[in-house]
Amino acid sequence: MSASLHARSMSTSGEEAAAGSVLSLDRLGVTFDTPAGPVTAAQDVTLAVARGECLAVVGESGAGKSQVFLAVIGLLAANGHAHGSARFGGRQLLGLPPAELDRVRGAGIGMVFQDPSLSLTPHLTVGAQIAEVVRRHSHASAAEARRRALALLERVHVTDPARRLAQFPHELSGGMRQRVMIAIALASDPQLLIADEPTTSLDVTIQAQILALLAELMRERAMALVLITHDIAAVAGVADRVAVMRQGRVVETGTAAAVLKSPREPYTRGLLETVALLEARGTAAAAPGVSAPRGAPALALTDLSVSYGVGRGWLGPRAHLAAVSAVNLELRAGESLGIVGESGSGKTTLARAALALLRPSRGRVVWMGQDLGALGRRELRRLRRDLQIIFQDPPGSLDPRMTVAQLIGEPLRVHAGTLAPSARTNAVAAALERVGLAAELACHYPHQLSGGQCQRVAIARAVILEPRLLVCDEPLSALDLPTQLQIVTLLAELRRATGMSLLFVSHNLALVRRLCERVLVLYLGRMMELAPTERLFEAARHPYSRELLGAIPSPDPDIQPARLARVRAGEPPSALEPPSGCVYRTRCPHAVMVCAGQPPRWEDPGDGTGVACHRWREL
Amino acid sequence: MSDSAGALTAGLWSDASRRLRADGRAATALGVVGALALLAVLAPWVSPWSYDSLDWQHLAQPPGFARAHWLGTDRLGRDLLVRTLLGLRLSLSISVLAGALSLTIGVLWGAVAGLAGGRLDAWMMRFVDVLYSLPYLFVVIVVTTLFRRGSLAVLLVALGAVGWLTTARMVRAETLALKRRQFIEAARALGVTPAGILLRHVVPNVLGQVAVYATLIVPQMVLFESFLSFLGLGVQEPRASLGNLIYGGAQEMESAPWMLLVPAGVLVVLLVCLNVLGDSLRDAFDPRER
Repeated sequence: MSASLHARSMSTSGEEAAAGSVLSLDRLGVTFDTPAGPVTAAQDVTLAVARGECLAVVGESGAGKSQVFLAVIGLLAANGHAHGSARFGGRQLLGLPPAELDRVRGAGIGMVFQDPSLSLTPHLTVGAQIAEVVRRHSHASAAEARRRALALLERVHVTDPARRLAQFPHELSGGMRQRVMIAIALASDPQLLIADEPTTSLDVTIQAQILALLAELMRERAMALVLITHDIAAVAGVADRVAVMRQGRVVETGTAAAVLKSPREPYTRGLLETVALLEARGTAAAAPGVSAPRGAPALALTDLSVSYGVGRGWLGPRAHLAAVSAVNLELRAGESLGIVGESGSGKTTLARAALALLRPSRGRVVWMGQDLGALGRRELRRLRRDLQIIFQDPPGSLDPRMTVAQLIGEPLRVHAGTLAPSARTNAVAAALERVGLAAELACHYPHQLSGGQCQRVAIARAVILEPRLLVCDEPLSALDLPTQLQIVTLLAELRRATGMSLLFVSHNLALVRRLCERVLVLYLGRMMELAPTERLFEAARHPYSRELLGAIPSPDPDIQPARLARVRAGEPPSALEPPSGCVYRTRCPHAVMVCAGQPPRWEDPGDGTGVACHRWREL
Repeated sequence: MSDSAGALTAGLWSDASRRLRADGRAATALGVVGALALLAVLAPWVSPWSYDSLDWQHLAQPPGFARAHWLGTDRLGRDLLVRTLLGLRLSLSISVLAGALSLTIGVLWGAVAGLAGGRLDAWMMRFVDVLYSLPYLFVVIVVTTLFRRGSLAVLLVALGAVGWLTTARMVRAETLALKRRQFIEAARALGVTPAGILLRHVVPNVLGQVAVYATLIVPQMVLFESFLSFLGLGVQEPRASLGNLIYGGAQEMESAPWMLLVPAGVLVVLLVCLNVLGDSLRDAFDPRER
């Protein structure tokens, strides 16, 4: 059944019977001219979206979903061509002269992209950027435009909107910036809003907020909304209809309920199973570390604090930002521990301090009885053989001038310099095989690899010396879901095989559940809760842990709308001016007087768990 | 250490040269520069004349086939072809040496400053600023009068001393940008020594930029050298450099234009080819360009 037929039958039965399709694509195809000949990015895409309806387009990276809609709005790269038909309000968009197209899309189509920091001009205030769009479309006076900008910011639930108007993009958090992008997209009163991976770079809590906001705006303004995403779990509760794309083709379309609950295509089923697998109970319990949990701690952080100087004054920095405050943590040999929290919670700083990659302002890091802060540089370098890290940005953590073989072989060069060249080549080949990469990739450069392959190279480099501790700093957030699952599985296997300890930093609790035995929840650099993973999922003690758990998207259309409805507004306050008492109280639904008065004590029943909340017993 | 450093350079440089060979423009430019350099080396055997032999029968002879003065002679009857080629040899070798000197100092200085950061960086760059602010010509005059005038070693040092300042600034800026990239932190986490980070991760990543700058600095040095020679501080008569040949030719521009056109033409061809080469080098050194 063609999707446009489907849409028509939908809309006649639906409320907006008279509305018809705002956007309808008919056999749309996109090809790119490359030196190696034409490459097809999308073909035979037939889709439609009506007023007040949300169409979610789901697919892995490279499925062509973004290219289709870039073609619609005329923003394809110079070597790209679109053919077929794309009608917006009955008007053919393909082949329109640029000036005409500019007018049509300016007045009728709003766009929100993945990375709000790239889409905003850094040297203009937020207010100026919104007002500019308002005035382009309405001939409003400057004062009127400012008033409308303020109203728009209020509408997208930006906190303290009057002050935000005068701020620059870099002063806002990622979530706030994405809200500003949405406000800008709304400034022209569009009939169609295209959101391309709008939440991919955001925390789960903020992701839920943004999705809820998009759904709300769509109903309120009777807009058509196209939500492009790789995360099939994120679309439930927002999308009315779902189109699944694979290798440039639409493989399945239908109502959200139909596609998410009883998918017909094996590919869709696979995507949903991936989500289910990621959500499933971890395999961590099978790892050997659990059986001997009472060993001496391999890594012990004592009263660890890290602060950064902010601004430059005459007598040193103007202010100090406490990124991590008073963290006490013990990691046993072979154990895997997750560190979760939103961006700005200090989890990355903590991971780096644990490896002595940055100097703590207070406290100690002890690895196998050795105080890392007291070691000389040479000894510390020698110790790095046992302490490895993989990073968030897979291609960025690989030297662009080195081949895969050189990258993976570097630890050998550093720590096993006497190894014969042939032995080194063999070790590199073994490491490649271990992380599931083809041997031919050895002579490739990082830019020739996909994100998932780059992360495998980084893992191979980290594990080639069989380290005893592997720190993973958000290793999956730049990857799409099936790749995430593969990497998580790989990490779990490597851990089982080598018995190394794992410190896994993530904002995604579902992934942590799959990999870690214990979880530490951080908020504004402070420990909120430390608990065995399953206990945390079943009975979280801290209200913040519960909020994080509640924000995990579920692909089930019966559950997800209720979850989105429960999403609480608010973002973490600035770490420069943390709230008094319990830092979480400004967002906590259970905050009472005592929470503002004094910081909660860390209550540790002595079993390696703990919670910092005044009221956890009663809640 | 040495064998793996060899492996690295083999990877980087062999890939770069493979890409360079595939680039037609680069091959042409390289061919022309190579031919010029070869001619300059073979200059004493190209013509029966030597650079300071005077041919009294053919003063200011225009180009032609008379008595093997193929490109004519100057006012004193010296063969212009031989003098141009020798001038080219002198200019090119001084410029290449001075360029190499200033690039080596500049790359290391800039990379160390950028990587170290903090107080060391501040001192190193203030030192560069101080050198920048000195009136360069004044310094060169003092240096050349203190030492033997026209000494090539003094000229080399004088040229090299000024060339590295810009390189150092450029490399430091590049290094600061690189330092924020995660692969530098990854190297640190692997336990690579600061020297290893500098030589294996920072320098290779700035080489592309440096290669472009190197092909600019050589012609710059050619110009500088001729300027100094014109002031009487550089190459002294009867020896020839492109600079003092062009200067001499400019004096005779109206009566004997070939005296200007021959060395100037050689200079222009050299500069164009070096610039084309620089462009291609940058592309060849950057695997991401493909």
